[in-house]
Amino acid sequence: MILGRVAGSVVATEKHYKLEGRKLLLVQPLSLEGVDRGELLLAVDGVDAGEGDRVLVVQEGRSASMVSGRLESPLDCAVVAVVDHLDLK
Amino acid sequence: MLLARVVGNVVATVKDPGLEGRTLLVLQPIAPSGAPAGPPLVAIDSVGVGAGEEVMFVKGREAAFAFLPDTVVADASIVGKVDGVAGTFTAPSPAAPPRKHK
Repeated sequence: MILGRVAGSVVATEKHYKLEGRKLLLVQPLSLEGVDRGELLLAVDGVDAGEGDRVLVVQEGRSASMVSGRLESPLDCAVVAVVDHLDLK
Repeated sequence: MLLARVVGNVVATVKDPGLEGRTLLVLQPIAPSGAPAGPPLVAIDSVGVGAGEEVMFVKGREAAFAFLPDTVVADASIVGKVDGVAGTFTAPSPAAPPRKHK
């Protein structure tokens, strides 16, 4: 899993039937210091996260499908937690 | 998954049986601003989109899931037509995070 920040959302009315009713978020990957790194990810939302939230993201299809509640969905990325805080030793 | 714009299509007469009857489209990955982001690729359409439209697509093993129970040889599939994007976006940084299997 990686840390990210919810940067926005995507509206797509016409989509694969296994994605119907699922919220889609654009997530900016973050470094441990909270700095943006790399390209945006398009993820299905499993925890009702909102713009600005710091989140955990899985980049693996089976887990993303489990989050979505429909196995074998054409998904490869999901938001699975909202991070309250991060302790670095 | 990523955002992209449909910039063309591919016609191939000789192809794997798993590609018979499928629409092969050329995608240019884009940032939310619409600016190109990364090299173009060819994806199989599971939704019904056309040239110039913004779409979302999935890469990797899960791309083939879009066509179950059919067996399609796909490593990239279009799974949605994008109506709009909302949010606050910063300029992309040059260092992309490692992406597993992709």
